[in-house]
Amino acid sequence: MSTRTKKPVRPSTEEREELLELYRQMLLIRRFEEHCDKAYRQDKIGGYLHLYIGEEALAVGFISQLNSDDRVLGHYRDHGYVLALGSDPKAVMAELYGKVTGLCRGKGGSMHLYDKEKNFLGGYAIVGDVIGIATGAAFTAKYEGSDRIVLCFFGDGAMNAGLFHETLNMAGLWDLPIIYIVENNKYAMGTPVELHSAETDLAKRASVYGFPSETIDAMDVLEVRQHARRIIDQVRQTKQPYFVEAITYRFVGHGAADITDPGSYRTRQEVEEWKQRDPIPNLANYLLQNKLATQADLDQIDQEVHQVVEEAVRFADESPDPPLDVLWEDVLVD
Amino acid sequence: MAIKTYREALREALIEELDRDERVFLMGEDIGRYQGTFRVTEGLFQKYGPHRVWDTPISEPGFISIAIGAAIEGLRPVVEVMTWSFAFLAMDAIVNHAAKILYKSGGACRVPMVIRGPAGPGKQLASQHSHSIELWLAHSPGLKVAIPSTPADAKGLLKTAIRDENPVMFIEHPQLYLTKGEVPEGEYTLPFGRANVVREGTDVTIITYSRGVVLAQQSAERLKEEGIEVEIIDLRTLVPCDWETVFQSIRKTHRAIAVHDDWRYAGFGAEIVAQIQEHAFDELDAPVLRVAGADVPMPYNKYLERHAVPQVDDIVAAVKQVIA
Ligand SMILES: Cc1ncc(C[n+]2csc(CCOP(=O)(O)OP(=O)(O)O)c2C)c(N)n1
Ligand SMILES: [Mg+2]
Repeated sequence: MSTRTKKPVRPSTEEREELLELYRQMLLIRRFEEHCDKAYRQDKIGGYLHLYIGEEALAVGFISQLNSDDRVLGHYRDHGYVLALGSDPKAVMAELYGKVTGLCRGKGGSMHLYDKEKNFLGGYAIVGDVIGIATGAAFTAKYEGSDRIVLCFFGDGAMNAGLFHETLNMAGLWDLPIIYIVENNKYAMGTPVELHSAETDLAKRASVYGFPSETIDAMDVLEVRQHARRIIDQVRQTKQPYFVEAITYRFVGHGAADITDPGSYRTRQEVEEWKQRDPIPNLANYLLQNKLATQADLDQIDQEVHQVVEEAVRFADESPDPPLDVLWEDVLVD
Repeated sequence: MAIKTYREALREALIEELDRDERVFLMGEDIGRYQGTFRVTEGLFQKYGPHRVWDTPISEPGFISIAIGAAIEGLRPVVEVMTWSFAFLAMDAIVNHAAKILYKSGGACRVPMVIRGPAGPGKQLASQHSHSIELWLAHSPGLKVAIPSTPADAKGLLKTAIRDENPVMFIEHPQLYLTKGEVPEGEYTLPFGRANVVREGTDVTIITYSRGVVLAQQSAERLKEEGIEVEIIDLRTLVPCDWETVFQSIRKTHRAIAVHDDWRYAGFGAEIVAQIQEHAFDELDAPVLRVAGADVPMPYNKYLERHAVPQVDDIVAAVKQVIA
């Protein structure tokens, strides 16, 4: 399945730049979140913290193919979406630190990010709820006669919410320009798909609403990108919804607070096996083997990313808490 | 008596009731193999197996409806919601069905079930995971509402809840799970509608429940240093509610404060104030005040959250205000 094994046609400089950018973005998400995990243990980040580590290829591969006015919405495992959309890492980190300089002025935190400027219309912490709201964004695109489309990311567990079926039905009925992407990482918290879904072929389960659905391998960013390009084009043209079951895997616990994993519901061995498919070193190898990048190029990206994360952390650390007035603001529009 | 945590006490109640009645079963997300998000059900799947402990998909309206149907048929479901904030999804099942079936069937169908789980702020979980839910539930006729503050009460009230012939909404507090206290061994039930006078005092009555009791106790200690004697009433159950104990206390202290985490506006404190003024108006020497949550969605930032949730300082200030 992997494109890595195929012989590449000699890529253009443009293509090379794009591949390096995919690499940079995935690495940024990874390093950013590695720091988050640490900051959580130092009590600098509170509440619940859900990391995207292992799943980076999916958000990066898909989001890289969007137009700048397309919309993205997702569930609470949402740092990857905003970073892939180009949100300022400083503002993202500051939000996780609860600072007033954060994306949501410290009022949302990890599970509830928004970046309206980047067209990220929210991470949603109630499982399944993003599906309805994202469909409303697609409704608006249709209503306005716009060409833009919506990407809606959520987990395998969310397919068991009634809302999933209600809104996919309406999206199919009304031909709304949205791509539903289920991140099938095999588990909803501690429950494996086989124990939460009567039909474990999730693409099949979503196939009855009058629009296409398919399963893709989301551990390989090049493959994701290829699928994304095709599917996004199709949705933009047909203005019909599309459902994607993306096979992926999280290398870390459900949330940073979960210290029982691995062991309680999956084996360390399983996690180690999936790590062999880590999209980041795999892309690095591909780039090196195909002489698209030298080790020095990659080291430089590594260095840059390191610096960006460090700056974000410093910014978050040094930013002030919101003043007390902020508590009372934005309950209603005045 | 053994010292146990609140969550151990809850677990003990579940175990005893599972052992006592084969019709009792547990249902909820990640309660079995994963042993529960807050570990209340730790070891229960391993002990009782999948026939008694059901792991569900993330389908709150679905499994709560299924539990209601099973209750009508005579089973005794004890459903866990990971947090009560997720039960908003199932409010239709709870309010339109669990609360109404006995009434609209003219008494023919009973719904003996329990829905239990944590509700309340304090862990930086922000706006969608921090709701206090008691008011929403107490407001609807046809539901009982229990909201324990101590490990012993958690055990005694949960056992009573499971044996009750009505739908009981059982509200735990995430900040209380690890608190410790003496818990009677074996058979121990607490009747609903019996408040607990946690501390006796002569100057002012604090009426509260759940985490509010802990805050009230800390406040009382501080006020004692200034010579102010606080009486604390833990309501324990809001439906039915032991108003008589409240009025009795006010006949002694003539001053009262209601305390809860939940929003102030139209919160349960408003009911407390209304009951007192309807039934004990002549006893009052000062207006009854409320110390409650700020009327805003819960912010994530730790410092803002602290200001959105009642603190000991707020209670102390309110007491001084009614005493002045
Ligand atoms: C309605 C609702 N029920 C339960 C939860 C608690 N919860 C948060 S994440 C989660 C698991 C979701 O799994 P999945 O959808 O597969 O996404 P993943 O975490 O694997 O990315 C659960 C049960 C919730 N947030 N909302
Ligand atoms: Mg999942």
